[in-house]
Amino acid sequence: MSEKPILLAACEVAKHFGGVKALHDVSLTIRRGEIYGLIGPNGAGKTTFFNCLTGLYKNEGGYFVFDGNRLAADAPHKAAAVGIARTFQNIRLFGNMTAIENVMVGRHLRTNANVFGAIFRNPATRAEEVAIVRRAEELLHYVGIHERAHDYAKHLSYGDQRRLEIARALATEPKLLALDEPAAGMNGTETEALRLLVEGICRDGVTVLLIEHDVKLVMGLCTRVAVLDYGEKICEDVPAAVQKDPRVIEAYLGGSVA
Amino acid sequence: MNRRVGKTVSWQRHWLGMLLVAVVLVAVPFVAALGGQAWVRIANFAILYIFLALGLNIVVGYAGLLDLGYVAFYAVGAYTYALLASPHFGIHLPFWVILPFGAALACFFGVILGAPTLKLRGDYLAIVTLGFGEIIRIFMNNLNAPINITNGAQGITLIDPIRIGDFSFAQTSTVFGVSISGPHKYYFLLVTLAILVIFINIRLQDSRIGRAWQAIREDEVAAKACGINTRNIKLLAFAMGASFGGIAGGVFSAMQGFVSPESFSLMESITILAMVVLGGMGHIPGVILGAILLTALPEALRYGIDPLQRMVFGHPVVDPESMRMLVFGLALVLVMRFRPAGLWPSSQRRRELSEGTH
Repeated sequence: MSEKPILLAACEVAKHFGGVKALHDVSLTIRRGEIYGLIGPNGAGKTTFFNCLTGLYKNEGGYFVFDGNRLAADAPHKAAAVGIARTFQNIRLFGNMTAIENVMVGRHLRTNANVFGAIFRNPATRAEEVAIVRRAEELLHYVGIHERAHDYAKHLSYGDQRRLEIARALATEPKLLALDEPAAGMNGTETEALRLLVEGICRDGVTVLLIEHDVKLVMGLCTRVAVLDYGEKICEDVPAAVQKDPRVIEAYLGGSVA
Repeated sequence: MNRRVGKTVSWQRHWLGMLLVAVVLVAVPFVAALGGQAWVRIANFAILYIFLALGLNIVVGYAGLLDLGYVAFYAVGAYTYALLASPHFGIHLPFWVILPFGAALACFFGVILGAPTLKLRGDYLAIVTLGFGEIIRIFMNNLNAPINITNGAQGITLIDPIRIGDFSFAQTSTVFGVSISGPHKYYFLLVTLAILVIFINIRLQDSRIGRAWQAIREDEVAAKACGINTRNIKLLAFAMGASFGGIAGGVFSAMQGFVSPESFSLMESITILAMVVLGGMGHIPGVILGAILLTALPEALRYGIDPLQRMVFGHPVVDPESMRMLVFGLALVLVMRFRPAGLWPSSQRRRELSEGTH
């Protein structure tokens, strides 16, 4: 495949909880414009990897290089600032805020109004506020839930909540969008719609890192896939090759499914 | 076309409403004065508490940080004013120097309290802030030796009233043929301050900062992942709330002419928090209502209980003072039992509680 520039390099990232090695020297590289899949059985360390990447956990070993710079290891808002946005496995929306307000919070990072701007509402602040609303509306359109803009986030359907979380993440203008099991609990139709959405996001220039249990979705969507098992990367390749790898078959697909 | 007409009508109604509120606000002290100057002072305290409660509302209602030591900032403001405008040190600075300075100092203490508690939430935060409030009070109580700074439990007396040129807030003066007493002057000053704090509360609510506070209240981890620097935004909430407490303290000092540590007990913090919670957390009209009720009710009971007992039983059965607190406590319990979201909650907060997903 054509070699695009590297966006994210993880170098021997390690994390343990007490005696449990959640991540053991995991290294991988994600190139610009990829949809990169991260799969593995439950407890393999996928979400831990996400949390280290996005600064929710501090990794004990190794480091991340993102867009040419080393990531500070302990501040989620800094990870978001350099361009890494994420969603959560167990959806974490601001439930008592409306859908559009959720997306507007996502714009926080790329806007500047301070307390004085808020109190005096000078022209710059007003213009910024208008731009925030407009961008939030666009993003709700983009993920296809604009007609629910003024509903409280917690009243949205499960699939819509997933979409809203993606819209909120996109509002931070990420270079890398990390999706933690976005298709969990979705039916066939919803999963298909999600596939189209993720493809669209990638086409629009955002690199995607995808944790997913739905093997079919990963295989159909991703350009490359890494497999984690017990905190170690056992394989990294194009989907077709990963599917045939005996270690993967043994660890993840249970040894008998091919 | 239709929309335009509708807009004009709503604007007219808007201005009419404002005018009505203004008339009521101007009339209150004169009506209250019919019952004696004591009632003007009670009205003043109600407005002072509105100011305090709305300051606390930023911390508790918007950012969701349970602060039980809010009175500490009130104390800082009050003592700053007392020390810089009384014979105690012989310093007599004008109020427009001291009030901003007191606010800044309280703000500084807000950050001092906020910084070590950033990782705490809910009940843990409440305990730490409670301790902080007590520390400040105990300091005020004991800083009379070896160097006498606060004059200990005796407090500081003869504090200067607020004065603009020759126009002193402590005396009665005649303006346009109307005689205006000291408490009346403080009333109008306090109303101005209260309008200011209401305005700031409203403006902050629908702003980038307000949304960030709300996001932190809802889900701190998700707020961080959205790129919100939760440390700074929480400190900002503490600092803003504290500066309002500082201003209120300064005005309190000037109005009373006397401060002592007694005025800044834990009970005071709890009362202010109760105003916010009872009225409707995060909802400005609710908080105002809470502050008015919680100031006026104990006073009304003070004057009402004794005559009521005489009327019903012919003679006093229970000591009016204990009866007063009994009724007051009972009222709080009943409100929280039947209106858990507060007397006048925002629609949003009501929903949160009714679905039990707070």
